[in-house]
Amino acid sequence: MRTLLFLLQKEFKQIYRYKAMVRIIIGMPIMQLLLLPLAADYEIKNINLAVVDNDHSTYSQQLVSTIIGSGYFRLAEYNQSYKKSLKLIESDKADLILEIPEGFERNLVRENKDQVLVAVNAINGTKANIGASYLNNIIKNYNQSLRMKLVTSNQGNQAIAIDLVNSNWYNPEMDYKSFMVPGILALLVTIIGGFLAALNIVREKEIGTIEQINVTPVRKSYFILGKLIPFWVIGNVVFTIGLVLSWLVYGIVPAGNLLVLYSFIWVYLLAVLGLGLLISTYCETQQQAMFINFFFIMIFILLGGLFTSIDSMPGWAKIIARINPVSYIIDVFRMIILKGSGFKDILPHIGIISFMALLLNSWAIKNYRKTS
Amino acid sequence: MKEEVIITEGLTKKFGNFTAVDNITFTVNKGEIFGFLGANGAGKTTAMRMLCGLSKPTSGKATVAGIDVYSQAEKIKSNIGYMSQKFSLYEDLTVLENIKFFGGIYKLSDSRIKTKSEELVHRLSLEPQANKLVGSLPQGWKQKLAFSVAILHEPKIVFLDEPTGGVDPLARRQFWDLIYEAAGNGITIFITTHYMDEAEYCNRLSIMVDGRIEALDSPGALKQKYEAANMDEVFYRLARGAKRAE
Amino acid sequence: MKQFGAFVKKEFAHVFRDRRTLLILFGMPIMQILIFGFALSNEIKNTQLVVIDKAKDQASHKLINRIDASSYFEVSNIMLEEKDIEEVFEKGKLKLVLIIPAEFNLMLAHDKKASVQLIADASDPNTANLLKNYLAAILQDYQAELNGIGNGIGTESINIVPQTRMLYNPQLRSAHNFVPGVMALVLMLVCVMMTAITIVREKETGTMEVLLISPFKPWLVIIAKAVPYLVLSLVNVTTIVLLSVFVLQLPVNGSLFLLFAESTLFIITCLGIGIFISIKTNSQLIAMLISLIGMLLPTILFSGFMFPLENMPAVLQWIANIIPARWYYVIVKSVMIKGLGFSAIYLETLALVVIAAFFYALSIKNFKVRLA
Repeated sequence: MRTLLFLLQKEFKQIYRYKAMVRIIIGMPIMQLLLLPLAADYEIKNINLAVVDNDHSTYSQQLVSTIIGSGYFRLAEYNQSYKKSLKLIESDKADLILEIPEGFERNLVRENKDQVLVAVNAINGTKANIGASYLNNIIKNYNQSLRMKLVTSNQGNQAIAIDLVNSNWYNPEMDYKSFMVPGILALLVTIIGGFLAALNIVREKEIGTIEQINVTPVRKSYFILGKLIPFWVIGNVVFTIGLVLSWLVYGIVPAGNLLVLYSFIWVYLLAVLGLGLLISTYCETQQQAMFINFFFIMIFILLGGLFTSIDSMPGWAKIIARINPVSYIIDVFRMIILKGSGFKDILPHIGIISFMALLLNSWAIKNYRKTS
Repeated sequence: MKEEVIITEGLTKKFGNFTAVDNITFTVNKGEIFGFLGANGAGKTTAMRMLCGLSKPTSGKATVAGIDVYSQAEKIKSNIGYMSQKFSLYEDLTVLENIKFFGGIYKLSDSRIKTKSEELVHRLSLEPQANKLVGSLPQGWKQKLAFSVAILHEPKIVFLDEPTGGVDPLARRQFWDLIYEAAGNGITIFITTHYMDEAEYCNRLSIMVDGRIEALDSPGALKQKYEAANMDEVFYRLARGAKRAE
Repeated sequence: MKQFGAFVKKEFAHVFRDRRTLLILFGMPIMQILIFGFALSNEIKNTQLVVIDKAKDQASHKLINRIDASSYFEVSNIMLEEKDIEEVFEKGKLKLVLIIPAEFNLMLAHDKKASVQLIADASDPNTANLLKNYLAAILQDYQAELNGIGNGIGTESINIVPQTRMLYNPQLRSAHNFVPGVMALVLMLVCVMMTAITIVREKETGTMEVLLISPFKPWLVIIAKAVPYLVLSLVNVTTIVLLSVFVLQLPVNGSLFLLFAESTLFIITCLGIGIFISIKTNSQLIAMLISLIGMLLPTILFSGFMFPLENMPAVLQWIANIIPARWYYVIVKSVMIKGLGFSAIYLETLALVVIAAFFYALSIKNFKVRLA
């Protein structure tokens, strides 16, 4: 136990002396937490529409103004040729083209029917899908209103309307920030925790000081703990700063119990640090440790359920998500901070993360060789 | 009666097909300064690492301070000191912090650490530098400090792996003064070196060529046996036959 | 020139000696492209939806069947009461509840209107929004069906039929959007990290000094170090393109030559950032922290493939402009998927050239200062 204290004292002193590192690991997360959540808005708004009206009739103009009046679309361009509008799509200045054929009004009056062309930039499938379905629905509504005009005398034939009433729980204003801020904070804590401890051990390997430790009677578990605890503390500091910032800047106050939140973070950091330590025991150089860590952390972050929903992933990726610590912290943050879930609700999460922490750290201790 | 603190018998280390240390047998007596010579790649460092418990032997027997290197490598570590060719104190800790840290690691009591560090700083005349970062000291001082830290816990044996590399002649002399002092206190010194003048300072020498011990005796006896004026010649004659070089 | 060749040769020897790192550098991008190419998607399929059907009549059954039939939702057979919704949401297992009012059929027939209520767990507002949009579209379809049949004026009524054409990506596959993004992201991070670390490493071990006192121009030493990584990255581009085409089934509609020329420019730009970092720092650890903690998240967020840049505040759009991945993403989309030529991407190309020039100029300037 006393040996551990000596190890800790040494690590803390070294970290304290390494001012450039401390500045980065505290400063970078703060900066990013202030900037990045503002960038993470993927609500689909301002769908840009280019209209090619070959008819110039009352009906066609009515249709266009109905579409623009709906509020979903921004008119990017009006009345160029289809070819020119396509150029807008190519340069991403327009998302959809609506082409109204010549003789549109005439055909509607005479034959009760005509076609319009909707061309969608479908590279971003979701945006395309939603844009197209908005547009189709507006056209359908316009159909109905035309119909109404023709049958006004015909009482009782009022069209059926089903209204969708929304209740958005936990986030009635649908503010993406209250979701993204804790999410980004979770990722930052993960990156800090994942890299620091790992790089630290490999650094001692590269400099050669680890050799000196290996000839001492220090127990492996103490050595690993001596590396783990300081960075665990730093992780907590970063998390706390982040929490205070989210409150001061974004007005986000956890709906649930803070102690529950912290108890999860404590276990979570152990797991992430454990992974870093494990990787470091397999690497000879900082370069290797960093690339391998980068590989895992990138997968964890992108498949963690913050940027794209885990529900949207194929089966095998869902399995990865299940062994991905980030998916648990994102989930738990969402539950505690936004929904006010209690300790009982996150018990399964804590259980799984504790298991990971135990597994990774004991594996790291086992694999750390004082003797080659 | 001589007390033997290191005993090896047929000690061998192989890395794949490469035999780094080939069947070496020798003993080292208590309080002796035992020199371990050899060209680069002759297997000195590997042999030393096995004795320190840093590397597991492939075959053969070895005990250090009466402890078996196979089964109780960890236990050996409390009984030895080690200083490697790479400078191995923490450069970003101060002199006193390094002493305190290694003292703590070897489980010295707080009061022992305190008296030991005062003693050590005084003996090396490091008082003005006691609170300076080790990284800021000149190389020669760093080596002396590293040696003093390596024997802080009064080990039975201290292993020195080319401890005087990159140090000027004056600092080397001072370093050897420390070694003699330690040996006088009953600490066995096991040292590898490139410098033949240093080899002359040893009580006994072993010369390794291609993983094997080619000669083992006192400097004087070796010079006589090979009819050489100095150790340089002895070494040259033996090493000339080496098949592997770096 | 002969000297320069000798230097480059030496650097290649270094790179190929460290097999493990080499394996990581080649293997990692491949794995990441495969994983992210398949797993990332904005489209959410088969979301569990619980319906509290208070009507249990013909109309409600029809509506439920319609929802179930869509690929977006799976109507769950969990029986739930309104008062229990909160508890279920807090556990985090369920995200959507639809409540159909009693007498739904009757309301539709008599009042010609009815409202259904959608309760969403909006703690992830992006997902909640998307799901709401999907459901609204289904409801409108249903409504149109009711009107078309129910009014008895169906065929004679005026009808505008939208003909929808999905450009570039008729099957609306997510890979078309994400693969170019992931390509930009992975290439950029790997390029920056590689160069930054190898150069700083030479500084740390002191071998850099030896090179700098050679009669060779110092900045040429740096360039020589970057050349092997340019080649290595081009190999990565090639494998990534091959994987995209043969495994992820992306088209290459434009010129392959243009794609590779632009990729080369992009890599050179990223190497420039790496070189700049390496000149400004003195330890591998700091270089790693800057290129990882500092760049990982911003690159993900600002490259524009996850979150639309036009939604971001103006300041952030400016920041995004200095991230090469943001431009390369547009270039890859344009060349590979849209099949456009150089005239469509000259602005993006220019942006990369400017960024590259900026970082190389800054590097050379800082380098001179250091030597003076």
